[in-house]
Parts: sequence; C-alpha cells; structure tokens
Amino acid sequence: MKIKQTKYMKLSGLEPLVLNENSNFINIGERTNVAGSRKFLRLIKEEKFDEALDIARHQVDGGAQIIDVNFDDGLIDGKESMVKFLNLIAAEPDISRVPIMIDSSKWEIIEAGLQVVQGKCVVNSISLKEGEEKFIWEAKQIKRYGAAVIVMAFDEVGQADNYERRIEIAKRSYDILVNEVHFPSEDIIFDLNIFPVATGMEEHRRNAIDFIEATRWVRQNLPNVSVSGGVSNVSFSFRGNDGVREAMHSVFLYHAIQAGMNMGIVNPALLEVYDDIPKDLLEHVEDVILDRRDDATERLLDFAETVKGSKVEKGVDLSWREGSLQERITHALVKGIDAFIIEDVEAARLEAEKPIDVIEGHLMIGMNVVGDLFGAGKMFLPQVVKSARVMKKAVAYLNPFIEAEKGDLQEPVGKVLMATVKGDVHDIGKNIVSVVLACNNYEIVDLGVMVPPERIIETAIKERVDVIGLSGLITPSLDEMVYLAKEMQRQKFTIPLLIGGATTSKAHTAVKIDTQYKNAVVHVNDASRAVTVVGDLLNKKTTKEYVAAMKKDYDEFRTKFLKRGKEKSYISIHEARQRKFKIDWEQAEIFKPKALGIQTLEQLSLKELEPFIDWSPFFRSWDLHGKFPDILTDEVVGEQATIMYEEAKKMIEGIIAKQLLKPKAIFGLFEANTIHDDDISIQKKGKEIAVFRTLRQQLQKREGIPNLALADFIAPKDSGLTDYMGAFCVGIFGAQELAESYRAKGDDYNAIMVQAIADRFAEAFAEYLHKQVRAKHWGYATNESLSNDDLIQEKYKGIRPAPGYPACPDHLEKETIWSLLDVEKQIGVTLTESLAMWPSAAVSGYYFANPEAKYFGLGKITDDQVTDYAVRKGISKDKARKWLHPSIAEE
Amino acid sequence: MSNIKQALQDRILVLDGAMGTMIQRYKFSEEDYRGERFKDYPTPLQGNNDLLSITQPQAIKTIHAKYLEAGADIIETNTFSGTTIAMADYQMEDLVYELNYQSAKISKEVANEFTAKEPHKPRFVAGSIGPTNRTASMSPDVNDPGYRAVTFDELRIAYKQQVEALIDGGVDLLLVETVFDTLNAKAALFAIEEVKEARNIDIPIMLSGTITDASGRTLSGQTAEAFLISVSHIPLLSIGFNCALGASLLQPHLEAIANKTDFAISAHPNAGLPNAFGEYDESPEDMGEQIEEYLKKNLINIIGGCCGTTPEHIKVIAQIAAKYKPRRYSEPVSASH
Repeated sequence: MKIKQTKYMKLSGLEPLVLNENSNFINIGERTNVAGSRKFLRLIKEEKFDEALDIARHQVDGGAQIIDVNFDDGLIDGKESMVKFLNLIAAEPDISRVPIMIDSSKWEIIEAGLQVVQGKCVVNSISLKEGEEKFIWEAKQIKRYGAAVIVMAFDEVGQADNYERRIEIAKRSYDILVNEVHFPSEDIIFDLNIFPVATGMEEHRRNAIDFIEATRWVRQNLPNVSVSGGVSNVSFSFRGNDGVREAMHSVFLYHAIQAGMNMGIVNPALLEVYDDIPKDLLEHVEDVILDRRDDATERLLDFAETVKGSKVEKGVDLSWREGSLQERITHALVKGIDAFIIEDVEAARLEAEKPIDVIEGHLMIGMNVVGDLFGAGKMFLPQVVKSARVMKKAVAYLNPFIEAEKGDLQEPVGKVLMATVKGDVHDIGKNIVSVVLACNNYEIVDLGVMVPPERIIETAIKERVDVIGLSGLITPSLDEMVYLAKEMQRQKFTIPLLIGGATTSKAHTAVKIDTQYKNAVVHVNDASRAVTVVGDLLNKKTTKEYVAAMKKDYDEFRTKFLKRGKEKSYISIHEARQRKFKIDWEQAEIFKPKALGIQTLEQLSLKELEPFIDWSPFFRSWDLHGKFPDILTDEVVGEQATIMYEEAKKMIEGIIAKQLLKPKAIFGLFEANTIHDDDISIQKKGKEIAVFRTLRQQLQKREGIPNLALADFIAPKDSGLTDYMGAFCVGIFGAQELAESYRAKGDDYNAIMVQAIADRFAEAFAEYLHKQVRAKHWGYATNESLSNDDLIQEKYKGIRPAPGYPACPDHLEKETIWSLLDVEKQIGVTLTESLAMWPSAAVSGYYFANPEAKYFGLGKITDDQVTDYAVRKGISKDKARKWLHPSIAEE
Repeated sequence: MSNIKQALQDRILVLDGAMGTMIQRYKFSEEDYRGERFKDYPTPLQGNNDLLSITQPQAIKTIHAKYLEAGADIIETNTFSGTTIAMADYQMEDLVYELNYQSAKISKEVANEFTAKEPHKPRFVAGSIGPTNRTASMSPDVNDPGYRAVTFDELRIAYKQQVEALIDGGVDLLLVETVFDTLNAKAALFAIEEVKEARNIDIPIMLSGTITDASGRTLSGQTAEAFLISVSHIPLLSIGFNCALGASLLQPHLEAIANKTDFAISAHPNAGLPNAFGEYDESPEDMGEQIEEYLKKNLINIIGGCCGTTPEHIKVIAQIAAKYKPRRYSEPVSASH
C-alpha cells in the first residue's frame, strides 16, 4: 500500500532506531513483560534480576528491535521494579543499545520509567478511557520527557471492537494529540486491538479483517503514524495446535503488514513462512482471517485435526536415512550425527546374535572408515572427536544389554593411562588424545590434572596399563616428567612412556627424559600421530624393532643437539650488565599513570572481549594449521575450519547469553625504579612494597647488540626519576565446570571446545585489559587506533611480558605478582605448586610503557647468574636451579 | 532577543572561548577567590570559578570584553557549575540564585556595550548550564550497577533554579553544554520547558554534547545520532558538540548529525588534546585551519572554543568564519507555543 508520509519515527537506545519508507516490520520483544512471560514474573518475584536481565539480553540477541518492559502484577512493587530493572539494563550495553518500551497501565510507573532512561523510549500506553483531560496531561508529560507513545483504541465508552469504532477513536485521539498537545505525529503509534477469530461466536468473525481494514484507514488518513499490535491474540482459539497457529499468524501478518501495520509483538518461534504454508491450509486460514465464508470456522476446525503437530524439521537433507543399516551407522559416525544413532543401534542389536556384536561389527566397521579417512588426511581432528561422541552414545546404550547377558565386555586393544603432571592444570591436548585413542578402541584411564607421580605409578601397576601418557604446558612440568621417567626406571617398568604438551619438545624428550628410562619414550605432540605411535608400540610383532629405532633416533638427535648447543658461548653476568640496553633517561618520556594503585574488573561482559579474540591458536589446538581468517578458505582444512569457527561462534553466543563463563581481572600501576641493574623496586609513595627480579641475556653477541633484561626498560633509581610499571592477572572462571557437564553427557567434543574457547577469552581479556590500561588507566596511548590484527602483531606501544614466557621464563616471579596485587583473595586465581594458574584459562604478567620496551627471548643463562639470582632473591641455590633450569646452559 | 534566529540565517555566529583558561592567567589566590565577603567561609573556595562573578566581577567582565573584541557574537555566562548539585562541593547551595543572576547581569552589561558600539553586530549572552558532577544513567559504584548518585527529579529541580536565575539576570539564550549523560540533559530540558510554560515565554536553547573518546560515543554510551534523537523532542536553536576532543577529531561526529537534523549545528572544540602536563597547546592558527575544514564542508552555524582556547583563538576563528556561508537548515516551527 502507498502511504503518504513526510516524517518518520526515530527512537534510540545507545544506538538509533530510525524508520523510513523502506523500513521492515519492527519486532518488539515482550519476554520482559510479567504478563507475557511466566518465567520473567517468577524471576522478578524472587528478585533474581540477574537472570531477568538474561531474558532481556536473549531477546535482543534474538533480534528484538525494541524491548517491552512491564511489571504490572498485584504481587510486585511495579514502580520499584521498573526503576531497578531499567537502571540495571542501562549498565548492559548489549541490551540498552535498543530502545525501551515502558509498559504499564499505571501512570506513576510509566513516569518512573521515563525518568531513568536516557534514550528515546516508547510509552505503552495511553488512551481516552478515562477522558480527555487525563489523556492530554499524560501526552504532554510524555512529550516533555521525549518519548513516542502507543495509543490504545479505547475511549470512555469502551474498547473498540469493530471497524467504525476503531477509526473513530483513532481519529479523535490523533486530532487531540496533534492539534492540542502538538505531539509529533510521527511519534504516535496506534494499537488497534487484535482480537481472536474462529471462536465460534458470530460477533468475532470480523475481528481480524476489521483490524486490517482499520489499519489501512489509519495509515491513509492519519499522516505519519505507526500501527502496532500483539499478534498471537488472533489465534487464541487454536491453543495447543501450533501448526494452525503458525499459519494463522503469518497469514494475519501478511495482510496486516500490506495494510500498513509496521510494528508489533510476534513470537518468531510461532511463525510459518507465508509461502511455505500448504495450499489447502492456507486457503482455510485465509477464509477465517479475511472472513470469506460463513462456514470458514467450522471448516478450519475440521481441517485443523489433520495438521496437529505436523511441523517437520526443515532444511536438513535426510536422504542418507534411506541407506542400509550399516550405511546409516557408518554415515552417522563419519558425519558425527547423533540424532538417529540409538534408533539404528537398537535395530542392529535386534538383528545381532549378541549385543557385543554390534560394537565389534557395525560400529567398528564405521569407526574403521573414520580411522582410514583420518589417516588419509580426509577427516580432521574435530570431526573425529565428533565421531567419538556418537560412538560413546552408541556404546553407552548397548552396555546394559551386554552386561545383562553377562557376556564378555568388548576387549580393548590396549589400556592407556593419561595424566597431566603434578602442578599443571592444562589438559586440552591430553583430552583430545584420550578421545582419539578411545575411538580407536583403546581403554583410557584418565587421571585428570595435577596428578602426583606416586598416583601415576600406583595406578599404572594396579590397572596394568600398557602405555603411560604424560602432558603438561608450563616449564616446571618438564621436571615432573623427568622425575616420573626416573621412577619408572627405578621400579623396573617396561611399558612405553608418551610425552606431550605445548612446552615439551623432541629435544627435551631426547636429552632429558629418554636418558632416564631404558624403555620406549616417545614425544607425541600431534594428536593425530598418537594412534599410529601407540599402535606400533603395542603391536607385538613390530614393537621391538620400533622401540629400537626410536631409541636410536633419539640418541642421534641428542648427539646433534648437544653439539649444536656447545657452539654457543656466553659472557659473565657481570659483563652482560655492562652491555645492558641503555635508554637515555634524560631525554626519555616518562608518562605518569592517570590512576596509580590496584583495580579489579568483574562486571565485564564476554561480549566486549569477543572482538579481541585471536583465532589462529584456537584452530591450532585442534591440529588445524593456518592463519585466521585465511584458514577459513584454506584448500585443505578450510571447510572444516569454517565449521569449527561457526560452532565456536555459536557456543560463544550461548556462553554470553547465559553468562556461563565469568571473566575477572586485577591490575595495578605503581611507581618503580630499577635497582642493582636487574631488579625492579616497586614503590608506593616512595616506599618499597615489592621487588621484581629480572633475568639478563648472557649469550655472546655482536658488538653494539645489548644483553637485555626487563629491568632495562625502567628508569634506574640513581637517575633521580620516578618511573612506573604495572602488573596484572586475568582469569576466565567456569570453563572447568562447563566442560565437566559436557563430559558427563559423553560429549567430549563440546567439553574440549569450551576449554579452547575459555583459553581464547583469557588471551582476549589480556589484550583488552592492556588496551584499556594503555588508553585509559595509564593513559599514555589515548590516541591509539589499532585493529585486532595490529594487536595480535603487537604493534602497540609498551609490552606485557608474562612470567614463564621467553622474556622472563622464571615462574617464581608470579608469586611476587600474587602478593603485590593480592590476586588470590581479590579475584580467586590461584597458583599450583608448579606455579601454574588455576583456572587454567588465565594470563598474568607485567606492564612496561616505555616506547623502547620490546619483547625478547632470554635464551640460556649460566651458573654465575643463577648464584647471583639466588642471593638477590634470598633463596637457596638449589631452589634457584630447580626453577631456572630449563634456561640454564649446559656446562 | 529573537533576532539571533535572524542572525543565524545570515552568517556563522561565533561563540566565545574558554573561561577557565582565562581565569587561570590571573593566578587568583584563595584570598582572591574569597574576597571580602567570604573571607570567613568554612570551606576552601579556590577553584570555584563561578564565585568570581561575585568576588572578582571586574576580571570576569574583562574576559568577556576580550572575547567580544576578538569577534565573538555570543558570550557564555560564568555559570558552568551553577547548580546546587555542583555547588555542594563548596557548601554554596544557597548562593546558586545569586551566582547565576550576577553572572548573567555582568555578561549582559558587557554585551550591551558592544552592541551599542556596533549595532549591525548584535551580541548575545548564553546562560551556560553545565552537566553537574553526577550522572543520572550510570552508577558510580562498579559493584552496584543499579545504583544512581542522583535522580532525574533532583537534577530537574536544580536546573530549574539555575534557569530561573539566568533568565532573571537577562540572558538571551540558554546553553546546555558538555552533556556527557543524555539523561542529565533531558532533565535540564524538562526544567527549561517547565519555566517556559510557567512564565509563558520562549527562549532559544543551544544543546551541546560531549563525545568522550575515539569510540565516538558519549560517556553514557550513546552514538552521536542516538544522542541527537534523544534530545530532539524539544525545539532547539542548535545542537552540536563541545569539549573532550580537538577540532579535527570532532569533525566525523558533526558530520554524523548535520544531515539528520533541522536544528542549527554548533561546535566548540578544545584547543587540541591535553599534552603530558594536562595543558591544551594547539595554536590559534592550527585550530583555525582545522575549523576551516568544517566550514568548507558547510557543517556549521555556530562555532567557538572550549578548554584551552583564548581570545587569540577566537579572533582567528572569527576571521575564518566571516569568509564562509552558514550551513543551510530549515528552522523548525516551534510546535509547543
């Protein structure tokens, strides 16, 4: 319909909502309405405002362009609840970006709402019900508060229930508003009352068509206004028959929108696509909505019986369901589809002689296909983990039948003990390897994280495992692995030892672990290799040869490696200090932080961190290699990477909506000066409150190339200047619990996904916080405008090195950060005995702001610095050696 | 009075520059701030610039005169903090009426002198209405996001007092400025409408928001356009931005609103961004060059300066403004009266 219009409604939350001649239907969310949502009512009654906010957020995420907020209920204080809820919404940018519809039948509640919202709202509603005087007064107030208004088709006589009354009341209301109140015509929205049809009552027959025709009249005759309504009312008499209701809603909307209805409350879950409505159903429904036949209602009622619950899943290709039973099971395993697996396995069980045959037959045939495809590089790790999920579900279903028969449970091909070593909490890689091995029919004994060596040894003996697999991410874990290898030797073990985890390497395994244990030690850092390695190790025919070849390989590697190491030469720590990196402190620009002291951040939404995610490592944790976003279009892994990416995004969406992960951070900015060359004294009003010990490069370098230590980036005490330094810790809480809940359901895929996502959020948070510190709290880079790519490439000014990483490999300094910021008490991130952080999705480090500060790798240091360090720090030399030893050069 | 609307059709009007920067040049001591009248006042008063309209009126008048000499068409009263809420810091809530009244009166006196000298260039006084030091739509307590340190009604009542005193003192228009929380501004506009209705008068209103950082949003989180929409229910003389950013950084935000409104557009940026010592040091020439960019794009009807700007800046700006035509806009019909 052509509608002549000169002005269009404009609303605002934090962002504008501007109508124009091309605007589509505006969808109003009404789940935050105590009359529209029982759950919302309950939450408000129980004062669970946090969860009530989630409902609002969910609606906005789901596409609501305005949210209707209503607290009209006898048992709640409407005014207080309105103010409290709207104030809380104002603090949530992902909700308050849309305009608010303040909905109440009581003026005092409406006014209280108008007084706490900065954007341009909609008032829902006013009417002539109690006469012109009140109507005019309220409209004037609304205008002065700067809101649009919904006008109900209601007057002193009652609610408009036919065409004539609707246009009569609308015209009268419009004239008063525009001519007497001077209310902007574009800010008027008419609610022309949507009433049910097909009730069986003769007087309800024209309810829909009258609304539609009145809408047409209003839009043509009352310039610039909008028309709204609650659509679900129209199908009220078909409650319980969603098939018919969905069709009725879309038919009604189709015609009402053509007539000029441009906004309304529609439940998107109860809406069929107009063109998808079957012809016969469409005809019956249109007969009712448009009142085309006398017997329209009876005919639809009869027809409705045949459409009850007829909605089938759309958009999924189910043609594979037509294959043979084995084909279906194989397809389900290869594609990781678990929707039909129970049904298929049950069919297989009924056919099979013994339930165990289904596992050894159908399922193993399918898993072999998975294994072959994986081996051929045609399937990728995440897909295999999904296959494992289907497999687990099938086996879980069959197990009770197998046990009931007292038949032999399936004989696994081998038993593998998996553990993350003492003091370490990182287990994504270990979990992936466990799953991959499990779907290749190995029995896994997973001891989890922070497992003490005694327990590993004891369990290995008791469970008679065939292989032990150890994992770890932080450097102290390397020593734990060495220790375990020694213990295995001492207790005369003969089984192979697998070593994996981000910090492990072939070099370390060859030099430090392999030499401690006479039997097989294999470094496996790639989950996809685990199956072949374990297969070769446990194959009785080939194992001897394989182990011998392995030992020889490591021996050669070791010899070469150690030789190479000897070519490097080092200078004394004394000499290294002479060659420190010299900043001209007289010229240097030292920027005093805007706010000194310690601050915590706990109110942040993950949504704000999402843009800071560096995705490349996420794919790496799934053995998909490549740089994001190019990896999404990569010839080999692109398709899989895209699926992973979408699934991750979806999971993130869910995590954000339900606030399943909680980010927390603490940071502090302090006065600081370098003392004794390599130490940084942290001060508060000139008084020393902590000292950071830094380590200095000792590798012999060309003339003119300095031997760096982090302390070089801070002005020395004797310069007489006050310099500054920061420290921080961020952690993502809740990932472990969430992963466990998936694991309990047999869903390792999503469990690993959660952990990988939490890790990404921790890194993103560190990035975000650093940016905030640079721009705001320290404030030395207020003008910075860097893209996420720039951030990943570390183009910012200043650095944030983390203890345990190349510039400062010494984990012990984390203890200094912890006591300086009181990290554990303030935000709850704790340190294990190996100084790993818990929760494991956490990052801690220092802030240096000097423009000349840069990242570097310490390299190896020599014994004199270790001694010096022990003295400076006041610890025994043995302790210093223990912690620094991955960085100590071989004598 | 209403001939400011006429003047706006003819030319770009020049607003004055910073009051605080000029006051700093006097290096007033605590005693200077107190004067004879407040010598025994119980709280420290140094820094209460609004008070100088009473204790050092000659200095304030001189500053106004310097800006008018430099070519300003509109000067702002020295009343940025003239509400009971902002004056609570100095326990001077009871003085709010007098402060605003006196400031308006002395500004008007100086403006009248200049108008008398150059009748073809009438000078106007804008009553400056600051944001107060509290926010109505944000919590000052990060652990209690639902808490508010001030309510709409408290703001409305405080603004109403200020507005009445400014009008009584003779201002020609009102300037609600440095709006960092739109809800505060809406309370001010609400109060102004109440006064207009009660006295049955019309008085032009300039409204100027503040974009606080490079994200392009106000402190309370709104985009420039959302801010515009949220305050357009009141017939304004002009809308625009001031403070926080220098002239060049302000331009995209002016562009964001200029073609979406029928109100006049104003800008009074800072003299660049603060340097390491918190001082604004952009030269008049540099600032003028950037402002010329606005004028070339025909974005502006009223132009002036905020923090760090001086009569030297305004002089350069006035010279440049004289070379350009004002932005065309259709003045909306005031619907409410």
